Parts: sequence; C-alpha cells; structure tokens
Amino acid sequence: MTLKCGDTISDMKDITPTEAVFNGLMDVGIDFIVSVPCVNLKDLIPMVDRESSVIHIPVTREEEGVGVCAGAYMGGKKAAILMQNSGLGNSINALSSLNLLYGIPLLMIISHRGIGDETICAQVPMGEMTAPLLDTLGISYYLPSSKADATKAVRIAWIRAVEEKRPVAILLPIPFWSQP
Amino acid sequence: MKRIDVIREVADKARDSDALLIANIGIPCKELYSVSDMPNNFYMLGSMGLASSIGLGLALSRPERNVITIDGDGSILMNMGTLATIASQAPQNYLLVIVDNGAYGSTGNQPTATLNHVNLEEVAQGAGNRDVFEVDSLQRLHTILGEKDSGIIVAKAQPGNEDVPVIQMIPEAILSRFMAESSRASRSV
Ligand SMILES: [Mg+2]
Repeated sequence: MTLKCGDTISDMKDITPTEAVFNGLMDVGIDFIVSVPCVNLKDLIPMVDRESSVIHIPVTREEEGVGVCAGAYMGGKKAAILMQNSGLGNSINALSSLNLLYGIPLLMIISHRGIGDETICAQVPMGEMTAPLLDTLGISYYLPSSKADATKAVRIAWIRAVEEKRPVAILLPIPFWSQP
Repeated sequence: MKRIDVIREVADKARDSDALLIANIGIPCKELYSVSDMPNNFYMLGSMGLASSIGLGLALSRPERNVITIDGDGSILMNMGTLATIASQAPQNYLLVIVDNGAYGSTGNQPTATLNHVNLEEVAQGAGNRDVFEVDSLQRLHTILGEKDSGIIVAKAQPGNEDVPVIQMIPEAILSRFMAESSRASRSV
C-alpha cells in the first residue's frame, strides 16, 4: 500500500536529493547498509561508505543483501538496503520466507527505474511491476514528493518497519533524483 | 563422514566457544536441533542460499562475538556471490562450514554440480578467501575447528539424512530466543 508521510514541507533549496535521503538515514540512526549500485545511487553509495557511523557492505545481488541485513538486525543493527527496483524480483523469496516469516524489519531505499522519464526500455517491465509486487508482498512503501518529504519518509519508514516487524520501502523514481 | 557428524562437531565448538550458530534450511536445521538445541542456534527455515549471508551480517555487526554458519553445497551454489562478499570483508570472527555432500540432501539427494565438477575449496579461494580448508575426515575437521575461528571449511561428506524430528518452535520464537543470546556480551575466554 502507498503511504503518506504527512505534510509536505516547503523544499530545501540548498541540498541535493541524495543528501535528503542520507539525512533521513542519519536522523533515524541507520547504522548498517548494504548496496547494489544504480546510477541514481551513485552519490549516495560513496556518501554512506564515508560515514563512520555506518557499516557499509557492497553485496553482489539484492537477495544476498536481504540476508546480510537480516543477520545485522539479529546483531542489533538498524539495517537498510540501497538497490534498484530491478533487484526486487530476485529478493522476493528472501523478503517472504526470511523477513516476513520471522518478523525482521528492513528499510529498502529503492531507485525506481522504468517509470517517469525512463529511456531504457528494459527497465519498463519491472518498473511497472514494482508497486504491484510490493502490494502483493504486503510491504508498505512511501512515494516522497519532495526532498523534505524524502527525509521524513526515510525516518518514518524505519520506525514503521520496527513496529510492524517487516520490510518497508521508499520508492524514488528518476524525477526525484533529477530535481534541483 | 556424515553430515550429522559434521554438525555435531561444529555444535560442540559453538558451545565451547560461546559462538552464535546459523543453520541451513531443511534437514541440517533439524539435525542440529536434534543433536544440540541451544539458544545460540538460529534455524533458518526458508530463504535457501542465505545462511552464509545471515552469518556474515551478524559477524560484521557483533565483531566481539564468534559466529559460525553451517551451510551446504547446494545452497552455496545458489548464492555463490556470498563467497566474494565474505572475501571482501573477511571478518576475523566468522567461520563458514560448508557440508559438501554433492547432493541436495533435503529434497531427495539429487546430485549437485560439486559431485563431479565444482571444487568449492578452489571456488572459495578463487573468490579471494585466504583461509580455506577442505577436510574429509572427522579427525581433521576436529583439528581445524580447534584451531580456527574464521575462514571457510569445506567438509566432504556422504549424502544421507538422519531420521530426526521436526523443530518444535515457531519462527518468532526461534528469532526472539536467538536474539536474546546474540545481543549479550560473549562469555568466551
Ligand atoms: Mg548438500
């Protein structure tokens, strides 16, 4: 289901979309992050890698990252995955038979390709299926409409993931990343 | 060497060293449950392929605790990237034990590619792991387990399952019991 994260604050002119997401991660104390690259995550990944309060682990595949994050949660960490939506397909069994089965929270920061301004046709099928797949899984997702909204959504999503003991996603399409 | 023999040896080490122990999906979980049901055990009931990844995330999060994963050849073949990620991080508190019986033991002993083709010791080394040990006897396994708290052990075993009971715990109970252990400081020396 799509969730609103409250009032949209007038936008911060002086920060980038990447910084808006990063600030949300820091605000809520995310301290363990796995990543699989996307061009829209090209600034966020080195930013979390440089952050001394975060253990950053590049992984080979999204499903592997879901497993690493589950282990990190068992070790007391607040865990998030940075990924492209194309990797949702290979993660579904893990999200279901690991996170949903045991009640393990996870924050999923997803670069949502294949909708809005997409130029690569191969991104479109998974792009269109991403929200329906999350709906089917019963994984809530936020669609922040601005940078300020994104910072807030990231924070709220982790709190909700812990409360509900399940993954919660943030979907960030191409127009989010290209805004000034 | 049978899988349950390997599991018994690893469980003994986990108990002696106060290690956190992740067990692979299927019969390996049930065999561990039957020989040594401890609060330090996490029984992975689903998500085939991810036991080694869960163990890695745990080891990186709790560097002061020893973590051991019991995995299988079929599961490693399903998530071979894990060997690259483990090599890249190389946590000194993480020991991965791969029981390589050349078979998908929990689903009817269909052959895996390790039976005639894939050498997991070489794959693990080729992925960049430095401490990789192949063992084909219980005595050698016992010796290596006595010496190592990190690295990868490939234990060559015969296919076959013990007739063991189903785990009598719901997933939430497995997790909460395990996390009560994983969150405390180590008792080890
Ligand atoms: Mg096997």
